[in-house]
Amino acid sequence: MVADLFSDFYQFADVFAFLILSAAGLAIIFGMMGVINLAHGEFIMCGVYVTSAAYHAGLPLPLAQACGAVVAGLIGMLLEVTIIRPLYSRPLDSLLVTWGISLVATQGTLIALGSTFPGIDTPGHSFSVGEYSFSSYRMVLFAASLCVLGFVYVLFMRTRFGVHARATMQNPGMAQALGVRKGIIYAVSFGIGTGLAGLCGALYAPTMNLIPTMGASFLVEAFVTVVVGGANVLLGTGPAAIALGVIRAGLNAWYGQVVGEIGLLIAVVLIIRVLPDGFSGWLTRRTS
Amino acid sequence: MKRRTLLAGAAALPLFNIIDSERAHADTKPIKIGLLEDISGDLAVFGIPKLHGSQLAVEEINGKGGILGRQIELMQLDPQGDNARYQEFARRMLQKEKVDLLIGGITSASREAIRPIVDRTNTLYIYTNQYEGGVCDASMISVGAVPEQQLSTLIPWMVEKFGKRVYTVAADYNFGHLSAEWGRTLLKPLGGQVVGEEFIPLGVSQFAQTIQNIQKAKPDWLYMLNVGAAQNSFFPQASAAHLDIPMGSPIKIMLGFEHKQFPAPVMANMYAAANWFEELDTPAAEDFKKRWRAKFPKETYINDMGYNAYVALYMYKMLAERAKSLNKDDIRKVIAKGDAGIDAPEGHIVIDPKSQHTSHHMRLLSVDKENKVHIVKDFGVIQPYWLGQVGCDLTKSNPKEQYTPDHLPPKR
Repeated sequence: MVADLFSDFYQFADVFAFLILSAAGLAIIFGMMGVINLAHGEFIMCGVYVTSAAYHAGLPLPLAQACGAVVAGLIGMLLEVTIIRPLYSRPLDSLLVTWGISLVATQGTLIALGSTFPGIDTPGHSFSVGEYSFSSYRMVLFAASLCVLGFVYVLFMRTRFGVHARATMQNPGMAQALGVRKGIIYAVSFGIGTGLAGLCGALYAPTMNLIPTMGASFLVEAFVTVVVGGANVLLGTGPAAIALGVIRAGLNAWYGQVVGEIGLLIAVVLIIRVLPDGFSGWLTRRTS
Repeated sequence: MKRRTLLAGAAALPLFNIIDSERAHADTKPIKIGLLEDISGDLAVFGIPKLHGSQLAVEEINGKGGILGRQIELMQLDPQGDNARYQEFARRMLQKEKVDLLIGGITSASREAIRPIVDRTNTLYIYTNQYEGGVCDASMISVGAVPEQQLSTLIPWMVEKFGKRVYTVAADYNFGHLSAEWGRTLLKPLGGQVVGEEFIPLGVSQFAQTIQNIQKAKPDWLYMLNVGAAQNSFFPQASAAHLDIPMGSPIKIMLGFEHKQFPAPVMANMYAAANWFEELDTPAAEDFKKRWRAKFPKETYINDMGYNAYVALYMYKMLAERAKSLNKDDIRKVIAKGDAGIDAPEGHIVIDPKSQHTSHHMRLLSVDKENKVHIVKDFGVIQPYWLGQVGCDLTKSNPKEQYTPDHLPPKR
């Protein structure tokens, strides 16, 4: 009984962590900045590869993972300044350009590093509850997803940078008139977004098979979570991941992964139909 | 009357000359072989060793004087794992380039996409992958291993060694479903029982629920038919959760070289039956590996797909030289004799006339806690007998169908 209850919680926590970690970076870049970033998966892949390379070069895993996040963040900032910046008012062009970046990144990685990359040992041990044994690292992922949610909330709601960033996204001209340096805000926000994508890759690196196209397996979940979350990502992403996590984990458990995946997508269609502004729109309407 | 025959004769003369010179030209013109392999996209990990296998064989054969004294010209296109592109490129190869032989295709879906296009021409097609078996088509030669070679060996051994309760984890497309069906069919006479069967959509990479379902069902061993890099993430996740249940699979290690990608002991306790894996250490195998490594020193692993791609060209050379022709019907007459074979690095292998599939020397391999591969058992040469047994006989008729244990040829 206890074992079954815990295992239900574990399954939910596992799906929740996957949704939050894959969506956090996109929530900032797509949700706040309005760039439909189709290269999101490749920033995740970048985090995975840098983590694995740093780990095999002898760094302890947490440090290697930090490297993965930082490198993805820096590459993101560089791309924002050079390629993305002229495209804020042209969302369809930015879609095309980020898709191009994703193609170049996967094929470039294939050519430069080959079709596979050495994996990393999953850290931590397993623990048993009743007849089931679980990987303790999955609990680390769950804790990390909560930390990421908290970090994004505090950064954008409780710091001066956050106020400037939100002001710039809402009305760049006015923010600039009040002395906010728009260029830096955009570059840093984009960098934080890709850095969080890199962090997602870094955290999942020890649990996956590393190939250049692996980013694609995060992309659907990331977009779905952000869209269901709605325009205000700070308010919406958490509830969206909870709702989708419960639906996905429940269907997975009762009917298997095929129904779980179909059910997730049907749930998204229904939620967007009933709540066109996503969870955040609904919550704002309720509270104001 | 007389004048007319004379005229006709005069008119015919230069025509003969043209045919003659064309024939002479044909004798020195290179043999065009079309190759369709995915060397970019998700399947690049398999497509690249396949391309290397073909390139190595062509270089060796050309270096020793080619086939029937003619050099081979390899024309390679990259369908990028897209079945529509497979069809487009197959048409281009067959109709525009008029290749003498078509080789390639990785997934069963890609093979089934181009087979009808090949069937409309008089060109021979060689499929170089191990697969779920059952294609009865006179235009196709299969050089990879099939279930009666990989599963009729592996499954009884697993049942005897570990027990009768089996849990199947399979990719949700034709290979996964058909191989799962093969598993059920083979387990029944052994008294085996499928205690759980899970189909996973391609691209799914998270397996916490599957791992827990397995622990609940308490199987004696796992029948692993998960496909692709995303689904391979099952192994590190299961290992981290301490699943520790023996696994059997027709596609792991020899094909996906998971033991070279994941750190030990992730692949420990995996068992597979294979005609080729790089750890095979017979003198012929060692010699082959040395030549491969000399040409492609950075290859992560020489997998069975790459090996089969290499063997396919030598098979074609033998067939063409025995037939003294590249014509499909002439080549099939050689196959019909029943002794059309070559000495491959795995051993002597022969094409079966009824199914046009290839016999293979099968060995059972296991992976230890250091991810090292050991040969556990030598099954000897196993014929691709299943199609012939259920009534496919390409020497008599050509149904161009794919049969499965649940879809057998009509009884005559």
